[in-house]
Amino acid sequence: MTFSAQYLWLIPALPLAAAALGAVLPRTGRGLAAGAAIAAMVASFLVSCVALCTALADPAAKLVHNFAWFDLGSGVLRLGWLLDPLTAFMCVMVTFVGALIFIFSLGYMKEDKGYKQFFCFMSLFAAAMLGLIVANSLLLLFVSWELVGLASYLLIGFWFHKPAAAAAAKKAFITTRIGDLGLLLGMLWLYNSTGSLLFFDGGAGVLETAALGSLAAQVTVGGLAVSTAIGLLIFCGAVGKSGQFPLHVWLPDAMEGPTPVSALIHAATMVAAGVFLIARVYPLMAADQVLAHVPVHALTVVAFIGAITALMGAGIAVAQNDIKRVLAFSTVSQLGYMMLALGVGSWVAAIFHLLTHAFFKALLFLGAGSVIHAAHHEQDIRALGGLSARMKVTFVTFAIGTCALVGMPLFFSGFWSKEAILHAAHGWDVSHLPFYAAVLGVVLTAFYNTRLMAVTFFGKPRSPGAEHAHENSPVMTLPLVVLAVCAVVLGFLNTPVWPWLDTMLLGKAEVHGHSLMEGAGLMGLSVVLVALGIGAGWALYWRTTRTSASAPDPLAVRAPRLMTFLAAKLKFDELYDATVGRLNSAAAAFADFLEVWVWGGLVNLLARLGEFTGLVNRETDERMLNGGFDNVSGKVRGTGLAYSRAQTGGVHGYLRFLVLGFVILVLLVVMGGAR
Amino acid sequence: MSPLQLCLILSSLLFCIGLVAVMSRGNAILVLLGVELMLNAANINFIAFWRYGPHPEAGTGIIFVLFSIAAAAAEAAVGFALVIAIYRHQQNIRLQEANRLKG
Amino acid sequence: MTLALFILALLILGSAAVAMALRNLIYSALLLIGSWAGIAAFYLWAGAEFVAFAQVLIYVGAISMVVLFAVLLTKQGHAPEPVEFTSLSRFITGLIAGGGVAGVLLGAILGMPLDVRTAQAAPSLTVKELGARLMGPHTASLLVIGLLLTVALLGAVLLASDKRPDQPEDAP
Repeated sequence: MTFSAQYLWLIPALPLAAAALGAVLPRTGRGLAAGAAIAAMVASFLVSCVALCTALADPAAKLVHNFAWFDLGSGVLRLGWLLDPLTAFMCVMVTFVGALIFIFSLGYMKEDKGYKQFFCFMSLFAAAMLGLIVANSLLLLFVSWELVGLASYLLIGFWFHKPAAAAAAKKAFITTRIGDLGLLLGMLWLYNSTGSLLFFDGGAGVLETAALGSLAAQVTVGGLAVSTAIGLLIFCGAVGKSGQFPLHVWLPDAMEGPTPVSALIHAATMVAAGVFLIARVYPLMAADQVLAHVPVHALTVVAFIGAITALMGAGIAVAQNDIKRVLAFSTVSQLGYMMLALGVGSWVAAIFHLLTHAFFKALLFLGAGSVIHAAHHEQDIRALGGLSARMKVTFVTFAIGTCALVGMPLFFSGFWSKEAILHAAHGWDVSHLPFYAAVLGVVLTAFYNTRLMAVTFFGKPRSPGAEHAHENSPVMTLPLVVLAVCAVVLGFLNTPVWPWLDTMLLGKAEVHGHSLMEGAGLMGLSVVLVALGIGAGWALYWRTTRTSASAPDPLAVRAPRLMTFLAAKLKFDELYDATVGRLNSAAAAFADFLEVWVWGGLVNLLARLGEFTGLVNRETDERMLNGGFDNVSGKVRGTGLAYSRAQTGGVHGYLRFLVLGFVILVLLVVMGGAR
Repeated sequence: MSPLQLCLILSSLLFCIGLVAVMSRGNAILVLLGVELMLNAANINFIAFWRYGPHPEAGTGIIFVLFSIAAAAAEAAVGFALVIAIYRHQQNIRLQEANRLKG
Repeated sequence: MTLALFILALLILGSAAVAMALRNLIYSALLLIGSWAGIAAFYLWAGAEFVAFAQVLIYVGAISMVVLFAVLLTKQGHAPEPVEFTSLSRFITGLIAGGGVAGVLLGAILGMPLDVRTAQAAPSLTVKELGARLMGPHTASLLVIGLLLTVALLGAVLLASDKRPDQPEDAP
């Protein structure tokens, strides 16, 4: 059946409705909230399957549905949904893994007081992630990007009364924000250059040839092509969100959140959003490949950063002792692999690895959650042990996940996806350094994973928690089984013999495979490397298992300084604290100084002026006006006083005047009359 | 100089004596006596004109003088009562000291 | 005739002048009685007998009594405080003023021709005719004068009475 792109909004809308329901329900409605969340995810999954069918029917077509959202006057802001194989595969993956993790959370979060909020936030996250995937507009993608970041903040800091969790949530949000600034700048530059933010718009979209040609042709600062500059800015966002070097520091701390959160957000989906973004705007990133005289190609930067991250993550994971931290750094490393694949030109390999990684990393995290839940929240692997006998299902599924991650040949999906990446890296003509880094990473990956398995599951239990551990209920083990099956089966979607996924993603008409013998050399090399890593891990950790929780690490005994340095995560946090942190404090102090002395001084000055004016006014009123009146009335009173002095009270005086007056009057009359 | 003129001069001089007394003496009783003198001088004037005037049988002069004497008596009574009242107030009858009604 | 007039004038003016100049009020009052008596004699010389009798009755009889009572009640009598000219200037200004008035009056008298019957027989008015005149044409004035005298009597009593509250000697 066909599925019009017009209805793509249903896929994110269903979890969003579940989130809204969860928000308004009272605490007693926890069951309803959880049920709604799971139902919404399952429904979204079904819709995504239908969309997938439609997309696969014509893999090369990009079905869009654009609509006008905002009339700016000078232009109209348009948004849209995009349906193509990439979108469909991602939707199916997110909804499927999400539904399984939600079911797992039913058991894991059962005793938690914030059960209802948990499902509300998880649904919100799922809605935002799906919105990010189906968006045809960079603006809509950015909005969903930020919502995903918000959901991550809420979920990392879910147990917010723990100071470590609150601090980790803040760190995650701020670090990704730094990357998001680059993404925003790139977005604005793109809009300014091309006048549109839609990816595909019937020829006018930014990922279509007309726009790309113009962007590649323009040159900006330093001789960079505009498309390179915009691509690098967008890559900043991916660096932040996907935990690449140098913005990887938030991912290990994000393990403070509940384990289902770590599984869904920080393994399978959100951190993959960066990779997805680069894959989505790949035409833009690759636009400058045809230009010869540019100082740097965008994809070269991506490749190198990915390589550095892959190696660094694997190295640090060797020295970690918290089960979730090991897996977190493993995620960092694998994301580095995906970026590497993008950089060396094979975005389909990156997407394939993204899809397989989602499943087996989610499986590993859920397995870790199962272990933590059973061992009464004991997360230090040195204090675990002996769980292989006590938690059989968890052990077997965890082992399958580890084999997939390590890249056990032939039957595990991770092998095929990693092969594709190594193949692409080997074939890159710019430099072979990423290839060597990837190769070394393979060894380290095998090594630390063996270490993890050996220390956690084998040997004797080294703490009361591990001793009393028992298998969890089926609501928690069933998702593990399903994911384990997927971790095996999915690999066969894209073997070199039958590269179905590649064909679908690239929009080719027919699947052309080639025999295994063509890449046999490289395949053999990777098998040898994996064996090397596993062997070293077996020698150090499996042959003589740990005796107690406080015994020193065998590798630490041999190379103490290296282990301490690795254990301290290469001291990145301290470096950032000393530089960026100090700069921030200095800027804040300066701003405070300005506030108190300059702005405050101005305001005070104005206030003083006001006071002075009031004073002048009052003085004028009192002295001049009142004084004038007082003066006049004083004169009047004085005159009156002067006149009243004539009233002496003495009769003789009055008579005197009377008589003299009479005499004078008569004289005047007589003399006047006589004239 | 006719007798009339002589009478008139008499009355004028008497009037002026009374006036000087009123204006210069400080004793209230003497001031009132001066006023009586002035009234008497006016009476003398009336009688002089009655004696030497054109219509003496009208008796106007006599009658007027009678009334004048009566009025002078009344005024003397009230005036001396006032003097007593003033004396009660200020324990002497110096007119300069009775100057409370001033500005 | 004129000689009698001169003697009378001398008596009147002399006793009046001295009376006004004295310090002792009793002496002033007695001298003034003499002056009033002289005025009554003048009235007799002029032919107005009834007026002369009235003068004696009222002035010499009543008013002098009032004066003496006032003098005695204000303790000016037996221990005579010196009634002094408190300021000479007052006397001089009084003199000047009085002199001015005198001059004006005398000037008027002497300078004016008076139409008079000089050597005429003295007119006579019997008491009976006087009474008829008073009760006839001048009744209103008589009544008014009566009223005036009554009011003056009451006023004088009121003014001079002692306004102290009731004495306790009225109590039993």
